[in-house]
Formats: sequence, structure tokens, C-alpha cells
Amino acid sequence: MGWNEFLFLLTGLKWTVALSAIGFVGGGLFGLGVALLRTSGIAPAERVTAGYIALFQGTPLLMQLFVVYYGLALIGLKLDAWVAVAIGFTLHASAYLGEIWRGSIEAVPKGQTEAAKALSLHYVSRMKDVILPQAIRISLPATIGFLVQLIKGTSLAAIVGFTELTRAGNIVSNQIFQPLLVFGIVGILYFLLCWPLSLYGSHLERRMAIASR
Amino acid sequence: MNQPASQSIASADTMIAMAHVEKWYGDFQALSDINLTVRKGERIVLCGPSGSGKSTLIRCINHLETYQKGEIRVGGTRLGDDARTIDAVRREVGMVFQHFNLFPHMTVLQNCMLAPMRSLRLGKAEAEATARQLLGRVKILEQAEKYPAQLSGGQQQRVAIARALCMKPKVMLFDEPTSALDPEMVKEVLDTMIALAEEGMTMICVTHEMGFARQVADRVIFMANGAIVEEAPPEAFFHNPRHERTRKFLGEILHKH
Repeated sequence: MGWNEFLFLLTGLKWTVALSAIGFVGGGLFGLGVALLRTSGIAPAERVTAGYIALFQGTPLLMQLFVVYYGLALIGLKLDAWVAVAIGFTLHASAYLGEIWRGSIEAVPKGQTEAAKALSLHYVSRMKDVILPQAIRISLPATIGFLVQLIKGTSLAAIVGFTELTRAGNIVSNQIFQPLLVFGIVGILYFLLCWPLSLYGSHLERRMAIASR
Repeated sequence: MNQPASQSIASADTMIAMAHVEKWYGDFQALSDINLTVRKGERIVLCGPSGSGKSTLIRCINHLETYQKGEIRVGGTRLGDDARTIDAVRREVGMVFQHFNLFPHMTVLQNCMLAPMRSLRLGKAEAEATARQLLGRVKILEQAEKYPAQLSGGQQQRVAIARALCMKPKVMLFDEPTSALDPEMVKEVLDTMIALAEEGMTMICVTHEMGFARQVADRVIFMANGAIVEEAPPEAFFHNPRHERTRKFLGEILHKH
């Protein structure tokens, strides 16, 4: 495998990182909304978000990407592959992050909300100043675990013709007929992306365990 | 909860007025026909067996609990279901909880500054000055930069009292403030409450500390099964209780101490 092939893989890696970032930022923003609605105490909003979470957790990411890219095209909404994949990953990640953060918000002791209410803090301040800072800490290990899964999940974007790391590997492998070598390198690149995150996650977990002693 | 009160319950020096307040959890009646008027500067001690509704009663006053019937007035405000009156009442009423409920991710000082800055819209300097002054009053100023987890239970509860006082409330509600404390820390919290009482704060305290009741209460109220059974000044309450249930309760609790 030559230098050019390796550079091609790195270009794929770049798109993998970009896709992960989009999924995480989009999923994070929408996921926060989902988590807040899910814990809002407003029955219709809670039911709708519960259904949303169930739908996207209960179907494969691959199918979700298919529907957004090919399905919407069938009803006349032809989306650019980039836009389709960004929408697909945002929907997917917001459902998972929304559920992780809902659990974390509910794990903050009830007395915290009561104390904030008794001090006449409004909903926004109660959430922003009191509940979310504690909920985020609780959610960190699970959030990072999901991010790692999301990075690996971006390989599914290949299905809509997106040349990220896995698809780049496929292309190179078909050219030079050395699948073991090529996918070995692809695997190492994924590992180098995910492993530091996992390490960071367990580091945070340890630090929190010390802080909460 | 919109049933009009049958008698006029507001007068100039009335701080809290509850009239015919009723609350159910499904079929279980948690409060039945509660009528209670607290004057400005009055100190009330609420006692009774567990499950008798004492905590529920004071939690209705700042709308941490809802109720189905009756009327509650705090100061001049009639508590409704709308955010405006709930907010107005909560700004006047401070509350101290059994388990302190300090915000663990903030320092003692930040705990005391948050609500005045967010709710009363005080500037940072002013909020900090108030917080330091009140932390000094509960004798814990030297711990201002620490986090709650670094303090003992008694210290945390004193911080919780200071945090409530930073909102300059007209009434303080205490919900079993010493029940979660180790015995050696009860006194420092009670002393803080006694000092507050001596400064003329209107207080309703749910507590089984009968020594405290004797020393500071203007009235002691005994509750059972969601109703007020007996209310009397401490002298009469302890030496000459009228109801059998009160006598039984006092026998149990005084024997224990």
C-alpha cells in the first residue's frame, strides 16, 4: 500500500471525525431539548418525546439513514448526502442522548428541586444553575460511551455513498487486493480515535468518585 | 382550592392564614380542615406522630405541595395556582429542610448568593455582602469557600438557614431541621434557631425538640391524622394537655428523651 492510498484513508478519517462532530453537536443540542421536554411534567410533551426516543432506539441506524436519504427523495425531497447524513445522525444521537440525560436529570435528588423552588428560583435558573450541572456530572460516563459508539456508527454513512473511513478502506482494498492490511489500518485509525475518549471517560469517572466522597 | 373562606382571615398583623385547607392523595386525606392563623413575629411549633401531616401542612404554605380545598394567605398575597402568586409567596417564605438540600456543586458562599442574584436580581457585590453577613450571623463565615460535602451536618444546616435568610424572608419554615443530625450537632442548629426567634422572626417549626418548644414557642400545635388536634401555649400544652391523643404522644416522646 502506497502513500497515496494511506492519504486517501486519512481523508476518509477526516469525514468520519466531521460526521461524529455533527452527530454529537446536533444530537447534543436536540438531545438536551428532548431531555428537558421528557422531564417537563407536561404530559403531552413527555409522551411525544417518549415516543420519539422509543422510535429511534428501536430501529437500526442504518434504516434511519436509508429513510432520510432515499425515503425523503421518494416523496420529492432530494437532500444532499451531507445534509441527509447530518439529519440522520442528529435524530439518532438526540434520541439516545435525550434518554441518557433524562435519566441523569431524574437521578438528581428531589430535594435539590424543592430547595430551588423554596428559594423562588424560576425554571430556567433551577435547570441551568442547580439541576443540569449535577445531571451532566452524573451522565458523563454514559455520554462518553455513547460518543464512542457514535464514532463507530458513522461507518454506516457509507450506505448513502458517503466516503468516510470504512468506505475509503473498501475502495483502497478493492484497488490493491490487500484487505487484511487495509482494514487492519482502518481498525487502528478507529481505535486511535475512540480509545483516548474511553480513557478520558474513566478518568472523569475516577475524579467524580473522589469528588463525591 | 377556590372555596371562599367562611370568615375573614386577614388582619393587619396576620402573617399566614390558612382556612379550611384540605388535601388528599387519592383516597387518603393528608390534611383535613386546617385552620391556622400566624401573627407577625409569632413562633409556632408543630408536632405529632409521623404521617400526621405536619410536613405536608408547612409545604402547602410555599406551594411545594398543592391542596384541593381551602385558602392560604401569606402576608397580603392569596396563594393561587398561578406562577405569579406562588413566586410572590416564595420570595417571602424561607424554608429549611430535614436533609439540608444545599447545592453540592457550589461553595457555601455561592449557595447563599444564587437566589438573591437570580430572583431578587441583586448585583454580585451586594449579594456577596449579604451572604457574608448572614453566614457570620450563623457563625460559619470561615467556611464560606468550602463545599457542602466538606462540612458537618450541623454546619450544613446552619448554612441552609443562612441561605434562606439571604432572601430576607418574612417567615421561616423549618421541616424537622434537626432530625437528620447526629446528637452532638443538634444544639448548634437549635441555638441558631433560638437566636433567630429572639430577633423576632415569624417561624413555623416542625420538630420533636420539646425543649426548643418550651423555650421559644408562643404556641404548640399537635396534629394527628391530618388534623389539628390541639393548640396551646407551651406551658398549658405540656402540663395540661386536653386531649387523650396529645397526652399519649407526649408520654411517648418525653419518655424517649
